[in-house]
Amino acid sequence: MYATNYHRASSVADAVRLKGTGEETKYVSGGMTLIPTMKQRLAAPSDLVDLRHVAEMKGITVSGGTVRIGAATTHAEVASSAEIKAACPALSHLASLIGDPHVRHMGTVGGSVANNDPAADYPSAMLALGAMIVTDRRRIAADDFFTGLFETALNEDEIIVAVEFAAPEKAGYSKFPNPASRYAMTGVFVAKSASGVRVGVTGAGSDGVFRHSGMEQALAGNFSPDALSGVTTDPADMLSDLHGSAEYRANLVNVMARRAVAAAT
Amino acid sequence: MSKMHIKLTVNGKPVELLAEPRELLIHVLREELSITGPHIGCETTHCGACTIDMDGRSIKSCTVFAAQANGANVTTIEGLGTPDGLHVLQTMFKEHHGLQCGFCTPGMITRAYRLLQENPDPTEEEVRFGMSGNLCRCTGYQNIVKAILAAAAELNAVKEAAQ
Repeated sequence: MYATNYHRASSVADAVRLKGTGEETKYVSGGMTLIPTMKQRLAAPSDLVDLRHVAEMKGITVSGGTVRIGAATTHAEVASSAEIKAACPALSHLASLIGDPHVRHMGTVGGSVANNDPAADYPSAMLALGAMIVTDRRRIAADDFFTGLFETALNEDEIIVAVEFAAPEKAGYSKFPNPASRYAMTGVFVAKSASGVRVGVTGAGSDGVFRHSGMEQALAGNFSPDALSGVTTDPADMLSDLHGSAEYRANLVNVMARRAVAAAT
Repeated sequence: MSKMHIKLTVNGKPVELLAEPRELLIHVLREELSITGPHIGCETTHCGACTIDMDGRSIKSCTVFAAQANGANVTTIEGLGTPDGLHVLQTMFKEHHGLQCGFCTPGMITRAYRLLQENPDPTEEEVRFGMSGNLCRCTGYQNIVKAILAAAAELNAVKEAAQ
């Protein structure tokens, strides 16, 4: 690993100020992606600004049907939160499937969303729940936030402070994990609310996380696994790698979506 | 890169040291503090041999900078038992043959210790799920799971007797 400098931010404003100080400064939260990347010398930030101790970025609140999760909240905290279990059990389930217990103790919601790994779990939930990504300067709809593989609408020094969404009527998540890394080879999050059904798919698309409009239309009239039997996914839009071909993933999207609908509560 | 002044509490003892910002917690524990219970297996966040307890949570110390741990309370296998006074988990790993080569064992037991704090009476499935960040290439896990379930039963029996 190349040398770096470390700064611990005490507030969001402090973090943004520190971000402006180094040559190539990066924010680090749980570090579950950034630190392995630095070890492999694929990233070599001159400075790190640690966001784990910023109080205003932590915690879970549910009020009036709106769920707000601080960006520095860990996956373990989301998975075990009684508030999340009551408002959106599918999201607790999603958080409980990320990596392993050790990773869930460090990794954070904000880090996962900001990194937009094409096989990360949270982006699919953000899309399906129609979440707002709240930053230190604006609110970005999930539909406008995820812009491609590891790409987001965030500006260079912008920080995700929280994510917010309206508790859905029903939601479900089903993932086919890579057995070694437990990243999604395909993960599908379905959410039903008064405004309709939204389906977010991660791990499968060659442009990263995406909404599946064919499935959304089919489920709008009939929210049941059988409604998806005639819906297909074009392999031309799917990732293909040593873990699975595009055709395999296209099939997995349908299988995971049916399971997610069946599991929805 | 100037070194940073790091303060930790390790196995109940306050320690202070200087570390480069890029130094990983596992390296500081092993090389600066001579705490060699936590092992370096893969150093890629997969195997869990470097598992320690930091502020009451299991973490992989190969994927945390010592600087991130500044101010933290750390427990390693050395803080759980001694050769003359084994922790009940260590006794059960011995009795149930929960180890063969022993390389993963400190991480296994440190994780199992936290798992039983989180869930004192786990099912077999919960043990397997809770231990899924720790890999063993010898045992096939059967005896590790047995040892942890036996330790849970023993700890619960002791607790009940005390009441």
